[in-house]
Amino acid sequence: MIKYLKLHDDKCVGCQNCMATCSRLYFKAEDPARSRIQVFPAGPGKHHLVACDQECRKCVAECPTQAITVNSQGVVMINKGLCVGCLACVAVCPIGAMRYYPGESTPYKCVACGACVKTCPADALEIAQKEDSPASRLPFETAQAVRKEEAQA
Amino acid sequence: MIDIGKHGFTLLAEQKFQPKAIHRGYAMRTLYVDVGGKKSAEKPVSEDMKKRFVGGKGFGLKLLWDGTKPSTKWNDPENEIVIAMGPVCGNTNYPGSGKSLVVSLSPMTGVPIDSNVGGYFGPYLKFGGWDALEIQGKADRETIVFIDSNAGTVQFYEAPASLPQDTHLLAEELTRAFAKDEKDLQSVSVVSAGRGADYSPMSVLNFSLYDKRRQGVRVKQAGRGGIGHVLRDKKIRAVVCRFAGVHQNLNDAADPAAVQRIGLKLHREIVVNDDKQCKMRKQGTAHLMEVMNDYDLLPTKNHKYGQDPKGPEIASWVWEKLFSQNLPDGCWYGCTMACAHAVDHFELETGPYKGQKVCVDGPEYETAAGVGSNLYVYDPHGILELNFYCDTYGIDTISFGTMTGFLMECWEHGILNKDRTDGIDLSWGNWQGAAQILHDMADGKRFGVLAGKGVKFLAEYFAKEYGADPQFLKDIALHGKGLEQSEYISKESLAQQGGYYLTNKGPQHDEAWLIFMDMVNNRIPTFENKAEALHYFPMFRTWFGLQGLCKLPWNDVEPADNAKHAEPNKVPEHVQNYYELYTAITGEKLDWEGLITQSERVYNFQRAFNVRQGYGHRQDDYPPYRAMGPVLEDEYQAREERYDKQMKEKIGVDPAGKSLAEKVKITREYRLKQYDSLIDAVFKRRGWTPDGCPTPEHLTKLGMDLPELLAVVNARIAGKA
Repeated sequence: MIKYLKLHDDKCVGCQNCMATCSRLYFKAEDPARSRIQVFPAGPGKHHLVACDQECRKCVAECPTQAITVNSQGVVMINKGLCVGCLACVAVCPIGAMRYYPGESTPYKCVACGACVKTCPADALEIAQKEDSPASRLPFETAQAVRKEEAQA
Repeated sequence: MIDIGKHGFTLLAEQKFQPKAIHRGYAMRTLYVDVGGKKSAEKPVSEDMKKRFVGGKGFGLKLLWDGTKPSTKWNDPENEIVIAMGPVCGNTNYPGSGKSLVVSLSPMTGVPIDSNVGGYFGPYLKFGGWDALEIQGKADRETIVFIDSNAGTVQFYEAPASLPQDTHLLAEELTRAFAKDEKDLQSVSVVSAGRGADYSPMSVLNFSLYDKRRQGVRVKQAGRGGIGHVLRDKKIRAVVCRFAGVHQNLNDAADPAAVQRIGLKLHREIVVNDDKQCKMRKQGTAHLMEVMNDYDLLPTKNHKYGQDPKGPEIASWVWEKLFSQNLPDGCWYGCTMACAHAVDHFELETGPYKGQKVCVDGPEYETAAGVGSNLYVYDPHGILELNFYCDTYGIDTISFGTMTGFLMECWEHGILNKDRTDGIDLSWGNWQGAAQILHDMADGKRFGVLAGKGVKFLAEYFAKEYGADPQFLKDIALHGKGLEQSEYISKESLAQQGGYYLTNKGPQHDEAWLIFMDMVNNRIPTFENKAEALHYFPMFRTWFGLQGLCKLPWNDVEPADNAKHAEPNKVPEHVQNYYELYTAITGEKLDWEGLITQSERVYNFQRAFNVRQGYGHRQDDYPPYRAMGPVLEDEYQAREERYDKQMKEKIGVDPAGKSLAEKVKITREYRLKQYDSLIDAVFKRRGWTPDGCPTPEHLTKLGMDLPELLAVVNARIAGKA
């Protein structure tokens, strides 16, 4: 199973409470540029939310030091101690959910902690679970395939 | 983990140093190691040295110049192996930024060789606070040098007799021995050679990196010019470096955010464009195989031909299937071009490891062409087997491929037979025969050792010992200055003949690759055009070696709109990236003129270095005729239409009624003359005398009016050296 932050664009009112909460929690600063969830305008009265879906795991496969792994809840996590700051993960993220702050070494992403859910006035955010899909397994599993084959052999 | 003491390593000596943080890309000091005296010392880098020599290959050549004499030979104790990094080296953001430049007096050419290599060693060394490592002297016993960049120690160990010598075992064992624990394995990098390097000058240095996903050691090669032979001559089994704690800004860049921005821009370009362009992420440089075969440029049967109907059997898609996919196969952190692919669980069919499953690093294009089509081997398994054994024995796949192609052609012409090869069948396509040469090389057996001396030696030897036609042997022995040519057919591109042979170190494709510009697109028709390209590209590409950069991310991926630029083959946007990257790290401005000047200084210094060692004459810069045109009648006949047309249109001679022998002769005379005119134009453009010596005026103009340099060129010009 994969734990993730489920996003409801249709309910979002664009208040940006989530971004403020997120940046305060992780960076002790109210700075939208440091938030792990992003709110984008999408036409009059409409908004588009972006945060890691924990599913594609392209970043996991790309990381040269295996600083990015999937935890037991299915959440993609970054180990700061192992990260060399190359930003390859930022480049391969297809939705722009892997983020970095200029001049700071380690990128950051939503880890489905749920802090923002509580501050959303419109129920646009929820912590949910989903099944591992073949898509979610593919890059991660392929990255590990060599090892597995070896173990079998 | 193996305990070093328990493992039988005896600590012979230890020196301490103060690890030093890098500032703006530089440590401003170099590490000197004397393996004979088991001592190390620190040498300061002056502002003047930084300005004139920049870093990387520039520092390497400068240190080598100072450490050796005009009379120094490759196996004299004072010959050095210098591993130098460059200011941009070690950043984790811009793809291709982990290169080290290795410089030494080459056992193959007698002049300085410089070899550009990946792996973690260089950056790990740099982060201990060094711009270069200079190794001199000869050890009295098998020695391992261990540099701990965190602890600040240089240790000399005696290697126990039980230590394996072949790289895939040795590098693995040393990585495990010197890592603190399992988690520390990625912090260790090993530089080693292999058993073949004990006997053969065509041997490499293998630079390791620990691959976490494969849970094993991979190696990248400082391949050209025989530096592995120098390492083994010094009785060094390995040089090991350890550094833990890599992060984004260990270079202490002037503008770390700009380094991130420029790097991320290229990461994204690679991620989006690579699949539509070169497919480096899936195929590495092997993506070139069918392109070269299609354009008649893929060496086939010792560069006799450039194409064969069997070409598709070793095409890129074959390698893509064999390479393990979706792995971050960069040779340094943050290289999303990730071309360092490998074939996993490959079962060997020959040699001491027969039946074992191994990881084969590569093949890259040069290897697949050199030990593949060039030997008429179209069996991917055969190529992988030769690739693996070359690597583990420490043998250069390019020199080995070109050398074995020469041997096979000698076999075809009856110059060699089983009596002369100690029973090895060297028919075209017999990769098992080629593998046997390798095994014999590693075991120090007669024919293997003989073959390993390289084609320059072999051509003379076969003429003398077997009475074979010396001119024919000279024609088909593909080397310049003693270094085997790398794997592109240069016959139909005069500019590329210059790109190969008007080089400082020998025919290596890292100075200029002009075949498409010249032959296919005809963009540089005149001698002056070609000379300009043979100035521009070598100077531009020298710059990668000054910085610790890889050439591949420059033009093996391009911006989507690259074609709209006036000179798309220069990839202007990427050149702009380089100015910005250099400035972001060093804090110093750089423009086009500045970049070329940096390169030109070092390039001319290297040429003068050749002069100092008694080489660097015009006569040292001629190709063998196989690199210039058809040597044999059947070679002419195979492309008769093309050559006849050229005779009519370019030479102005009607080929009708002429015999093949006459046509071969006419073509040859014309092409030799063309090459002479090319040399004149290129030397003039480069500011050299007609004999190829940099003029004092040119050196002065470049700001390289160093007294010792001027003395060397003045003596040559006065006819005294």
